[in-house]
Amino acid sequence: MNEVSHVPTNRRAVAARLAKYFMCYKFTVIAAFLLMLGSNLFALLGPLLTGKAINAIDLETGVDFQAVFFYCALMAVFYVVSGVLGYILSVVMIKLSQKIVKSMRKDLFDKIIALPVGYLDKMQAGDLINRISYDIDTVNASLSNDILQAATGIVTVIGALIGMLAVSPALFGVFAITIPLSVFITIKRSRSVRPLFRKRSGKLAQLNGYSEEMISGIKTIKAYGREDDMIARFADKNKDAVDAYYAADYYGSLIGPSVNFVNNFGTVLISTAGSLMYLFDMIMLGDISSFLLYARKFSGPINEYANIMSEIQSALAAAERVFRLLDELPEGAKDEATEDLTDPRGDVSFEHVRFGYDPEKVIIKDLSFDAKAGQTVAIVGPTGAGKTTLVNLLMRFYDPQGGRITLDGNDIKDYTRKSLRAAFSMVLQDTWLFEGTVRENIVYGKVGATDEEIRKAAENANIADFIDALPQGYDTPVTDGGVNLSKGQKQLMTIARAMLSPAHLLILDEATSNVDTRTELLIRDAMNRLMQGKTCFVIAHRLSTIRNADLILVVKDGDIVERGKHEELLAKGGFYSEIYNAQFE
Amino acid sequence: MKSLGGYLSVHKKRMSIGLAIKAIGTLAELFLPMIMAYMIDDVAPTGSVLSLSLWGAAMFVFAVVACGGNVVANRMASKVARDTTEVIRNDLFTSTLYLSARQTDEVTVPSLVSRLSSDTYNVHNMIGMIQRLGVRVPILLVGGVALTFTVEPVLALVLLAVVPFLSIVVIFVSSRGIVLYTDLQRAVDTMVRKVRDDYTGIRVIKALSRTEYEERGFAEINDNVVAKETKAGVTMSITNPIMNVMLNLGMTAVVLVGAYRVSEGLAKVGEIIAFTSYFTIILNAVISISRIFVNVSKGSASAKRICNVLNMPDELIKDERLSFAEEGAEKGSVKFENVSFSYNGAPALKNISFELKKGESLGVIGATGSGKTTLVALLLRFYDADKGRITVDGIDVRGYDEKELRSKFGVVLQNDFLMAASVEENIKFERDIDDESMKRAAEHAKAAPFVEALDDKYDSKLTVRGANFSGGQKQRLLIARALAGKPEILVLDDSSSALDYKTDSQLRATLREKYPDTTIIMIAQRISSVRFADKILVLDKGEAVGLGDDATLMKDCAVYRSIYDSQHDAGGEER
Repeated sequence: MNEVSHVPTNRRAVAARLAKYFMCYKFTVIAAFLLMLGSNLFALLGPLLTGKAINAIDLETGVDFQAVFFYCALMAVFYVVSGVLGYILSVVMIKLSQKIVKSMRKDLFDKIIALPVGYLDKMQAGDLINRISYDIDTVNASLSNDILQAATGIVTVIGALIGMLAVSPALFGVFAITIPLSVFITIKRSRSVRPLFRKRSGKLAQLNGYSEEMISGIKTIKAYGREDDMIARFADKNKDAVDAYYAADYYGSLIGPSVNFVNNFGTVLISTAGSLMYLFDMIMLGDISSFLLYARKFSGPINEYANIMSEIQSALAAAERVFRLLDELPEGAKDEATEDLTDPRGDVSFEHVRFGYDPEKVIIKDLSFDAKAGQTVAIVGPTGAGKTTLVNLLMRFYDPQGGRITLDGNDIKDYTRKSLRAAFSMVLQDTWLFEGTVRENIVYGKVGATDEEIRKAAENANIADFIDALPQGYDTPVTDGGVNLSKGQKQLMTIARAMLSPAHLLILDEATSNVDTRTELLIRDAMNRLMQGKTCFVIAHRLSTIRNADLILVVKDGDIVERGKHEELLAKGGFYSEIYNAQFE
Repeated sequence: MKSLGGYLSVHKKRMSIGLAIKAIGTLAELFLPMIMAYMIDDVAPTGSVLSLSLWGAAMFVFAVVACGGNVVANRMASKVARDTTEVIRNDLFTSTLYLSARQTDEVTVPSLVSRLSSDTYNVHNMIGMIQRLGVRVPILLVGGVALTFTVEPVLALVLLAVVPFLSIVVIFVSSRGIVLYTDLQRAVDTMVRKVRDDYTGIRVIKALSRTEYEERGFAEINDNVVAKETKAGVTMSITNPIMNVMLNLGMTAVVLVGAYRVSEGLAKVGEIIAFTSYFTIILNAVISISRIFVNVSKGSASAKRICNVLNMPDELIKDERLSFAEEGAEKGSVKFENVSFSYNGAPALKNISFELKKGESLGVIGATGSGKTTLVALLLRFYDADKGRITVDGIDVRGYDEKELRSKFGVVLQNDFLMAASVEENIKFERDIDDESMKRAAEHAKAAPFVEALDDKYDSKLTVRGANFSGGQKQRLLIARALAGKPEILVLDDSSSALDYKTDSQLRATLREKYPDTTIIMIAQRISSVRFADKILVLDKGEAVGLGDDATLMKDCAVYRSIYDSQHDAGGEER
C-alpha cells in the first residue's frame, strides 16, 4: 500500500509522541537512567583497575601482592555490581516498555472499534492486524532494547574517551587518528546501506505477495495448465529479490571487517607506540593494558551504531503507522448528538436522500419514501447492486450527503448513534458469531437476558432442539475448532440473537444460498416470526416477502430504479418485471 | 531426496575457497594479540626502535589481511547464499504448483505461502550466516583458546574454566526461551483472531452497542500477551549480564593468578595483557555462538519444511496402459462410471454415473456439501477417484498427461481467482489467444459492455482478487476466460450466482447459440440455471438422487421438486 512509498518526514514528531508515553512513567524512567549510569560506570572502572593490578605486578621490586589482591577484589565487586544493576535495568526496561505497549495496543484496539464503518471498509483486516501485532512489536523491541543500547553506547563512548585520556594523554593522541576513521566509516556506511536494505524488503514483499496470490489461485492455474508461465514470472521476481538481498549484503559485508580493521589498526598503533613509550619509561605496562581495553570498549558501540539507528528508524516508522491510525477521528467525533432515542414507534421516512460512498460518485440521487410502523420495505435487485447501502444509511454507518432520514418524524442525526442502533435488530448475511459459548453469542443481543428469555428466543428461532442436542447445551463453545455449525445453524443463531432484542425496527438480509432445503424452511419460518409487528427493511430474496411487502425498492447499480408494490411493478414492465420474469423463461 | 546439502554441494568449490580465505583472515586477526605480547615482552626490552617498528608494520599487514580476507569471503558467501536461495525458491514454487490437490490440502495453502516466504528467507539467512560465522567463530574460539595455551598454559586453564559455565547458561536460557516464546506466540494468535473477528463483525458490534464489551474482552487478551511477553523477555535478558559477569570474573582471575606466575618468573606481564585481548575475542565468539544457535535452529527447521514439499512424490502420473480411446468415442464426450470418492475417509461422492455426448449439456444441482464441486475436481483430475472410471473423449482421465487433459476444458471454479493484472491478462491468462478471440469471448460472456465502458478498456487493472469489480462482473470475466480458449468442454461451477436473472438467461442463450459443439457442465444452486440442460444430475449428500431432464425430474425426483418449491412456491429466489 502507500506505506512503502511513505517518506519519513515527521520522525521528530513521532519520537516526541513516543516520549510522551514515557513521561507517564517519569519515575521509572529516572530510575532506569540512574541504573544505566551506575551499571556502565562500574563496568567502565574495570579496565582502570586491571591496569592498576598489572602495574602492581610489573615492578622492579617484585609483585606487590597486597595491591594486586586489592584491585582484583575491587574488580570482582565492580563487575558483579555492574552485572546485577544491568540485569535490574533490563527488567525495569522490559516492564516499562510492556506497560507502554499495553496501553498503545489498547488505545489502538479501542480506536479500531470506534472508527466509522466506512473507514474500516476501506482497510484490510491484514493491515489492521499488522499494526496491532507487528508494528507494535517493533516499537516494543526498540523501546526495551535499542534505546537502552543507544544510551549505554553514549555513556560507554564518553567514559572510554575519558578513561583513555586519564590513563595516557600521549597514547590518546595516537588513538585519535583512528577515531575519525571509524566515525567516518560508520556514518558513510549507514547512509549507503540503508536504501539498499529498504529496497531489499520491498522486493521481498513483492515476491511474497506474488506467491501468495498465485498459490491461492493454484487450482485455476492447473485447470488451464499455466503452471510454467507462472513459474517463469515467479523466477523473474525471485531474481529481483535475491539480487536486492545480495546488493545489501555486498555493501553490508564491507562494514563489519572494516570497522574491525580500524580497531585492529588502533591496536597496532597503540601496541607500537605503547611499546616505544614503555621502552623509554614513559608509561607503565598496566596503563597500556587499560588503554587497550578502553579502546575496545570505545569501538563496540561505534560498531553497533548503524544497526541501532536502522532499528530505531524502523521502530519510528512503525510507531508512525500506529499513530496515524490513532489520529483518525472516531465515529461521531464531530457530529454526535446528545439526545437518546427512547422507545420509537417505528415510522421511518427518507426525504430527498442523496448519497455516494465516494462523494464524487453519487449513487442515490434523490430518494424519498415512507415506511409506517409495522410495515415491510423489501429491497430487491441483483447482487452487488448496492442493497446494503440503505442499511448503512439507516444504521448511520454512513451519513447521506443530502436530504434526511427521519424516525417518528425526527432526523435520526438528532439522536446518539448508540441509541439509534439499539432501536434496530439486525440479521445480516454475514452471520457473525464470535468465540464464546452458544449462550454468550445469543445473549449478545440483550445484556442481562435471563436463561428463560434465551431459551425462548432459541425456540422461536427454531434452534433450541439443535442446541439441546449439543454435548454442553448452551455452554458449548463456538470456536473454529469446536462445534462445527453449518451456515444455516449460524443463521438461526443470529436470528435467536435478534429475537432477544426488544427493538421495534428490523433489518433483515434474506440471502439463504448454501443451505439445504430443510434448514431453509426453518430459517424462513423463524424469520417470519421475527418480522411480526416490526417495521422491517428486508434485503429480499423470497417472492413471498416481496409479494407481501408494503413497498418494494428495486436497486440497480447502486441506484433505486423502481419502487411500488409487486403488482404495480409487474404491470409497469420495467426492470423489476424483467428480473422477475427471467427465471420463468 | 532433495536436501539443503544437495543444493549447497553445487557450490562446493566456491564455498571451500571462500571458507579458506575466511580462515586465513580470521587467523591473521588471531595473531595480532600474540605479536603484541611478543613486542612488549621480548622486543621492547632489547631497546631496538627499528625492530619494534618492523613488528608494528607486521601487525598492520596482518590487520589488512584480516580485513581483506573477511570482506572477500563474506561477499563470496553472500553470492553462494543468493544463488542457492534463488534455485531453492524457484524449485519450491515449481513443486508447489505441481503438487496434487490432495497434497495441497494436506499441507494447506497458508502453510505453502509461509514456506515460500518466511522459510526461504530463514534459509537464505542461515546459508549466509553459516559461511560468515560458521568458520570464523570456531576458529576464534578454538584458536583463541589454543593460542592462550601456547602463550601461558596455566592462565589459559583459568580462562577455559569459564567456558562450560557460559555454555550451560546459553543452552539453558535459550531452551527455556523456546518454550516461553511458543507460549507467547499462542497468546498473540488469540489476539490476532480477536481483531479479525471484530473487524468482520464491526457492524453487529456497533448495531448492538457492544463496543465496551469488546474492549474489555480485548483488554484481557492484551494483559495475557503482555504477561507472557514480559516473562519471556525477563528470562532471556539474564543471559547478557551473566555472560559479562562470568567473563569479567574470569579475567580478574587471570590477573590474580598471573600475579603469582609472574612473581615466580613463570609468566611475563605482556602475556597477561595479551590475555585480556584474547578475552574480548573469546567473549565475542561466545556471544556469536548463541546467535548462530538461534539462526541455525530456525533455518534448519525451515529447510526441513521446504524439503518436505520438494520431496513430495509425483502423484497423478500418466498411466500409459490407460491411454487408449474407447471405440466410437467422440471428442468432447464425458463419462462417469460408478465413481466414488472420499476426502480422507469422509465420503464425498458415491457411485456416480452419467454420460454426455459432444455438445450436450449437464446441469448439476444440490445443497452445499452434496458433492457438486468434487465432481469437477475429479473430472479435471485434481484428485483420482477411489472407485470407478471417468473418461474424456473416451480415454480414461488417468491415461492423460495432466496438461493434455486439462487443455480440453474451459473452467470457472467456485470462488475462482483473478490476478492483480489487466483485464486482458486475466482473460488471456498467459495463453496464446489473440485480441479478437478475447473480445469475442468477453462479448459472449456479457463482459464486453462493462469492460468497454472502463477508461482503459481491456488494459484496466484489477486489484488483488479483483476487489475493484463487483461479484457479477468478476464472474463474467471468468466466464470470458473460460470461453476464450475455445474449449471442447466448458465447466461452470456456481459461476453465475452473482448475475441477475436476465444476464444469466442471456448468457445461457448465447452458450446454446454460439457454442453448439461444446459440451457444457453447469453447476448451480439456482434451479433456473440448470433447467435448460439436456440432463440434470441431482446430488444429495454425495449420491445421485435424480438424473434426467427437467420434466422427468419434476415428475420423479422428490429432492428436485423440493428444491424447486423452495425457490418458487412461496418464493422464487430473487437476485
